[in-house]
Amino acid sequence: MKKVIMGNHALSYGAQLGRAQVVAAYPITPQTQVVELLSEMCADKSLDAKFIKVESEHSAMAACLGASLAGARTFTATSSHGLALMHELLHWAAIGRLPVVMGNINRAMAPGWSIWSDQNDSLSQRDTGWMQYYCASNQEVLDTTIQAFKVSEALSVPGMIMLDAFTLSHTYEVVDIPEQEKVDAFLPPFRPKLRLSSEDPRAFGGLTSPEHYFELRYKQQKDIEKAPALVAETGKEYEKLFGRRLELIEGYKNEDAELLFITAGTTGYTARVAVDALREEGVKAGNLRFRLFRPFPFAELRRLVGRSGRRVAVVDRNLSSGCNGIFFQEVKSALYGHVDGMPIFGYVSGLGGRDIALEHFREIAADALKRQPPAEEIVWIGVRK
Amino acid sequence: MSKKKTLEKIVLATERDFPIMPMSLGTMHHNRTGAWRNIRPVIDKEKCIQCGICWKFCPDVAIYVENEYPVVDYVYCKGCGICAEECPVKCIAMVEEEK
Ligand code: SF4
Ligand code: SF4
Repeated sequence: MKKVIMGNHALSYGAQLGRAQVVAAYPITPQTQVVELLSEMCADKSLDAKFIKVESEHSAMAACLGASLAGARTFTATSSHGLALMHELLHWAAIGRLPVVMGNINRAMAPGWSIWSDQNDSLSQRDTGWMQYYCASNQEVLDTTIQAFKVSEALSVPGMIMLDAFTLSHTYEVVDIPEQEKVDAFLPPFRPKLRLSSEDPRAFGGLTSPEHYFELRYKQQKDIEKAPALVAETGKEYEKLFGRRLELIEGYKNEDAELLFITAGTTGYTARVAVDALREEGVKAGNLRFRLFRPFPFAELRRLVGRSGRRVAVVDRNLSSGCNGIFFQEVKSALYGHVDGMPIFGYVSGLGGRDIALEHFREIAADALKRQPPAEEIVWIGVRK
Repeated sequence: MSKKKTLEKIVLATERDFPIMPMSLGTMHHNRTGAWRNIRPVIDKEKCIQCGICWKFCPDVAIYVENEYPVVDYVYCKGCGICAEECPVKCIAMVEEEK
């Protein structure tokens, strides 16, 4: 059934179709509608889930961890400062191997108090061991939510789904909402092998000496490394049932591109418009949009960037203060030793929700085509200097 | 009040032996906390009035009763000294471990 819905509601419908059994969340702009709709679904029984009201995001995640450990499929959503408040428990979910699925609306960190988009909130949680998906359409949000449950539960790794504040969270688009029976066929109930149970009592997360901790982290890494292949495989299975393909990195006119933008989130769709405009002006541009950022899709990035002799412009809507754009750092390090002498430049733009528009991509293209390596650490786009 | 059984320490040789989660694999019987001890309780049976307070207070259940007298199980006693502190006739001495 096709419906016109906002990005936030795409998360709610995804959790409903995924038959989440426990939802514990705390409202925060611009995430609130995700939780509002889920609480209505729980109230009118269109979702058979326990809705746990909590006093903070820290408690929301704590409730999710307990529920997940007891064997329930668990969903929550937050944004910016709410995500930051969860920080401690994000590690707990990941090392505790609890496949909680969460939506996070990318919103800039205060001060100055902002409710607008940038990616510093989720990228500050990059090293906690959660999978990170960055979405660019409401359909993708819904499809990713359903698939995230499947991938996370298979690997015992939690998953975080990102939407740009307002540009995606509050934008209404036509979304094909799949039938419940088809989703049920794709996503079986959650049946964890290890869980909190009175039949086999265990203590979880207790004191772990240096004799044991290291191997646990090794196993966690080995499992999260399986995610890119599993996401790709799950995407193909999903395509067979629902006709939509989700890739690790979405390419647009990238194959013959001499100038390759690398983006994430809705900026990736603006980049496609820019690619078309630049091609009309004779610049062979292309775009790669990260869908999965953690675990990092090394092989897919190397395959798509491919041959040398092209220029790469990474557009970051985030900043690691005192260093540079985070996608820029990671793209450079992933390509090091794999593609010879490729000029890779990093552009920081759109912090705190400032638009990254077509004109900015033109500016980036003009710069990237003439700039000589080595790259400046940051090329600022759109800042009033 | 009978002596509890001693179980072998669980040894995980390689990562393949590990569960994926940080979790307990056995009861505290496997956790031989006696290795932590650097002072050991020594009970003077002559002075002991068999009140059972040490048995009741030991946080690691490392005191059992044999022939109506308390006996310390050194496989588990971690040397906290609570038994010596609580003994009403002060007949438990905490003696430094030599090893
Ligand atoms: S020293 Fe502590 S652990 Fe050892 S027997 Fe006394 S109370 Fe128990
Ligand atoms: S507390 Fe002291 S007196 Fe009482 S049983 Fe223990 S050793 Fe004996």
